[in-house]
Amino acid sequence: MKIKQSINRVLPVLTVLGLALLASCGTEGTKKEGSAVDPLNIKVEGTMDAELTAPPFVPAPVGDRPAKKLFVDMEILEQEGTMANGVTYVYWTFGGSVPGSFIRTRVGDEVEFTLKNHPDNKLPHNIDLHAVTGPGGGAASSFVAPGHEVTFSFKTLNPGLYVYHCATAPVGMHIANGMYGLILVEPEGGLPPVDREYYVMQGDFYTAGENGQPGLQPFDMQKAVDEDADYVVFNGSVNSLTGDNALTAKVGETVRLYVGNGGPNLVSSFHVIGEIFDKVYVEGGSMINEDVQTTLIPAGGAAIVDFKIDVPGTFILVDHSIFRAFNKGALGMLKAEGTENKSVYSGKQVEGIYNPEGGSIQSMPGEAKAPAAAVAVSVEERIKLGKQIYSQTCFACHQGEGQGIAGAFPPLAKSDYLNADVDRAIGIVLHGLTGEITVNGAKYNSVMTAQTLTDEEVANVLTFIYNSWGNNKTEVTPMMVTKVKSAH
Amino acid sequence: MRLKSIILFGILLQSAAGFGQEPSEMKKIKGGTFVPLYGTDSSEIYVRDFELDVYPVTNEQFLAFVKKYPKWQRSEVKTLFADNNYLRKWESDTELGKEVVAKAPATTISWYAAKDYCACQGKRLPSMDEWEYVAMASETKANAQTDSIFNKRIVEGYEKPKTYLKPVGSTFKNYWGIYDMHGLVWEWTSDFNSVLISGESRQDVDTERNLFCGSGAVNASNLMDYAAFMRYAFRGSIKANYSIQNLGFRCAKSLKQ
Repeated sequence: MKIKQSINRVLPVLTVLGLALLASCGTEGTKKEGSAVDPLNIKVEGTMDAELTAPPFVPAPVGDRPAKKLFVDMEILEQEGTMANGVTYVYWTFGGSVPGSFIRTRVGDEVEFTLKNHPDNKLPHNIDLHAVTGPGGGAASSFVAPGHEVTFSFKTLNPGLYVYHCATAPVGMHIANGMYGLILVEPEGGLPPVDREYYVMQGDFYTAGENGQPGLQPFDMQKAVDEDADYVVFNGSVNSLTGDNALTAKVGETVRLYVGNGGPNLVSSFHVIGEIFDKVYVEGGSMINEDVQTTLIPAGGAAIVDFKIDVPGTFILVDHSIFRAFNKGALGMLKAEGTENKSVYSGKQVEGIYNPEGGSIQSMPGEAKAPAAAVAVSVEERIKLGKQIYSQTCFACHQGEGQGIAGAFPPLAKSDYLNADVDRAIGIVLHGLTGEITVNGAKYNSVMTAQTLTDEEVANVLTFIYNSWGNNKTEVTPMMVTKVKSAH
Repeated sequence: MRLKSIILFGILLQSAAGFGQEPSEMKKIKGGTFVPLYGTDSSEIYVRDFELDVYPVTNEQFLAFVKKYPKWQRSEVKTLFADNNYLRKWESDTELGKEVVAKAPATTISWYAAKDYCACQGKRLPSMDEWEYVAMASETKANAQTDSIFNKRIVEGYEKPKTYLKPVGSTFKNYWGIYDMHGLVWEWTSDFNSVLISGESRQDVDTERNLFCGSGAVNASNLMDYAAFMRYAFRGSIKANYSIQNLGFRCAKSLKQ
């Protein structure tokens, strides 16, 4: 009550100030004309059920409909989903998707919100809508145990794009598991129409396994506290907006993205590679910035970006904190079809270059396959696979022909030190080596780091070395490597 | 409101006393002091010696109970004592059906029903402090509050869906010889609603200062806090007539002094 009263008092003053400012600047107001009416006094006419959509889609625009009593019916589901290829995660969701269902309202709507907590869920939940003026944004009124539902109502007073999220203890964990989404409050008469609208929301995820480690990954509290994200993604998973899931548009169309950031921790530097935002509704509010390359979206915040597609091709949505995009998953695609416009862009778009690279240290294709292929391996095959590992791992120091670098890195070619003791050689690859050694009569005092290779890979690379450059043709098997490993 | 129902319930209970069921196996818990992560105040709590069921009550045990006491059958139960979800997956009043695992913990049971079940065995529900005291034990330690791996495992268990389908005894046996304190289902305690969390946890920090700041629990970087946060948040969201898919119970017994 108190809050409402103070708004009543403050609003007319603000409106007068706003008009005075506009008049003195002589610029065209970006505020809609409707703002002269106190939103509290907007009368509702009739009722309707809100259309809710899963990302990347948004409900139909409000257009010029009057304010209504709007029924929103949302169900909370705790369910397993796919984070990345081979990686699954138990998401907690508003409406079965991450981010949760998109809610579209207009200023003055009276929203009657029913929140249902599915009986199979384990935890109580609630919802804090940033579009709500009132204690906790509805959180206090919406706390609901599994198998129960609650209903509460609010009136939308401020136009803009707002985040909603769960605020049940532990809040960070509920958000980290995907409990966020967007609610749009359009001004009277609606936002200016565009050709296509999409819903994109960034979030960071913290899993017990590192990025890419397969299987059902549990939430990792410590990493979340440390803000050490394994995944930073759009729309809840690595591949939600790539390949067949890419957003689409046609040349000549204006695209509007409703972009949110659920966090829990990271701030997004939202950018579309190859596009400039014609308009950005800064932080989802009423201020419009133009000709923007990258817009900052705070955790628990949003922005609306509009841009016209001038040329065909694939435009890449990224968090321009760029390792997140290429190594943690914050990458989406917008595919635009149409005729080329050479006066705008003459070059050829290359799609492949923008593929996500994944979270691991980069590796050659053959290397990743080695363990599987090596099960029924011949010496020849071992040598072949070992050569790939050599060129990847050893080449820089020991050189292409195993000749080493005099005074720094000992030779592997015709090496007496190597040929004298195979177990010692295995040990060096596994554990590294420091200190003085004599190879082929020359002294070396340097450091070799321990290599993070599988037993299979160690066997392959050593077999390659022993079977090259005049060495003694020993075959090193994974069993030998395992033995040396166990000896320590 | 609640007080009234308890008094009313007490009267009902007296009339039901004296039937008695075959009691399930219990273990003695040696009492002691501990600091609950949230308590009714921030100081140490003393728990007396008591006995606790080794396993949560199973569906088949509860079936035997409702057969003996028809007033706790689904079609007979008063809505004051159990909401519409009470035993909702059971085939009928006296059959579990396909969806309900006989050896799995009995869930979708209200606090009143759980309390009466224990009373009919000459037992009672454990208090929240008793329950938390036993729950802080790992396999080897009576108090594993500071064991980060133990705590991590608890949080992970809370996240796993559909654990209510697993048979009792399928998680670990703790220091006291008690199974399934974590990893299967939430459990009723006699005074579950003595800690009031409004559900707006940020507001709670403000108003329920002793709850959240006590024991240094405000520092949520401690994993144990997270597990406790979730338990207390859950308890704060429920009422005594709620019957929830992931909420079961076990019984306790005071020792004669």
